[in-house]
Amino acid sequence: MHYLTDIILIALGAALINNFVLYYFVGICPFIGVSRRIDMALGMGFAVTFVISIAALLSWTITTFILAPGAPVSKWVAGFFVSPEAAAQVDLTILSYVVYIFAIASSVQFVEMYVRKFYPSLYRSFGVFLPLITTNCAILFACLIIFSRIVGVDNPADAWDIGRALTLAAFGGVGFTIAITIMAGIREELELCDIPKPLRGAGITLIVASVLAMAFMGFTGVDSGLRKVLAPAAVESAQSAEK
Amino acid sequence: MPVAPTAAERFIQGILPENPVYRQLLGLCPTLAVTNGLKAAMTMAGAVAFVLFCANIVTSVIRHLLKPHLRIVIFTLIIATFVTITDRFLAAYMYDMSKTLGPYIPLIIVNCIIICRCEVCASRQSIVTAGADALGQAGGFGLALASIAAVREILGTGLLFGVQILPATWPNWVVMILPPGAFMTLGLLLGAVNWIELRRSERADKKRG
Repeated sequence: MHYLTDIILIALGAALINNFVLYYFVGICPFIGVSRRIDMALGMGFAVTFVISIAALLSWTITTFILAPGAPVSKWVAGFFVSPEAAAQVDLTILSYVVYIFAIASSVQFVEMYVRKFYPSLYRSFGVFLPLITTNCAILFACLIIFSRIVGVDNPADAWDIGRALTLAAFGGVGFTIAITIMAGIREELELCDIPKPLRGAGITLIVASVLAMAFMGFTGVDSGLRKVLAPAAVESAQSAEK
Repeated sequence: MPVAPTAAERFIQGILPENPVYRQLLGLCPTLAVTNGLKAAMTMAGAVAFVLFCANIVTSVIRHLLKPHLRIVIFTLIIATFVTITDRFLAAYMYDMSKTLGPYIPLIIVNCIIICRCEVCASRQSIVTAGADALGQAGGFGLALASIAAVREILGTGLLFGVQILPATWPNWVVMILPPGAFMTLGLLLGAVNWIELRRSERADKKRG
């Protein structure tokens, strides 16, 4: 039950409350560049959701088994060269950025080849966006959050498992899709408006995004309210522990 | 064929005529995310300048060894290396600032400005040109960050660099330091820059008759 509550809260948080685009400002480039038409925006959104989930799986696996301090695989490999005590302290976290970006770039390449070969119709709908996604900050951002939730926690039992990591990434992608689709809908209507010349293009898009971000701020606090409804016992015990 | 711009020209071009934020719309993620205070924005600009400069120099040094189909991967790996250095440095010497900037320091890796400069300039030009280009672009980026951060910090808190600028009776526009304020400020400043540019080109047209 506690686990389910956690998953629901992570999903809501990633998709709406702390929306990747409108709260964390990641993935702004496609948000402004590819939000001219609804069908393109949807294609981009699906592509990002797809890749972000794969990247999250990869980064969770790599972090847990190789990069984190005392991770099983690196401990085993180091065990051949140094004493077991020293091997347990092997910490490869400094390599994380290089490893993540490499994992993202190669997984995007593989996904592109796979989709092109086996799902040509899917490739036609969002394949063109795939190479662009390598440099989409939303993907790396999801990997970094997962990294901080595995390595940054004080108590090893609090480290995220794969379900939480995947939920965060997939719903972060859904949040991106929601934001970019709303934006595309508004921009299709904006075509009919008489916008002052200097603001045409990116300027008015940013101002509309500002209003959207204000609307999404309305979700603030939904998570704590939900937590009270879903797990009243856990909230009470946490509050009494604070006292 | 147009003459390739020299090092000095590239430096000047990066700062205003080809400003990475206002003219090319590159690197918008940090531009929006870390500009709620001038100090954070300047640290970010410094970090980007360091990474951009080093990545441009290294790319320029190895430009004859690059294979066309692998070059983007190589650029990204070079950038990731320097970003790791920056991140460790900030965590060691400016711990609070590195906590404030959080994931936006590692996100420099996917900052389009740097990949774009490596691709457009550093992989074709000599070391001096690439260095000057990096400094110009970094200067332009810093200028853009500073302008946005100054507007947001003054209107949002009445402070600048933590010093009281507006009278204490100023009702802090909290929304300016929240996400909507970032979008709004950048949108309006972008409009202002475009407006100045339009006026200038109109005047130049008139002069030409």
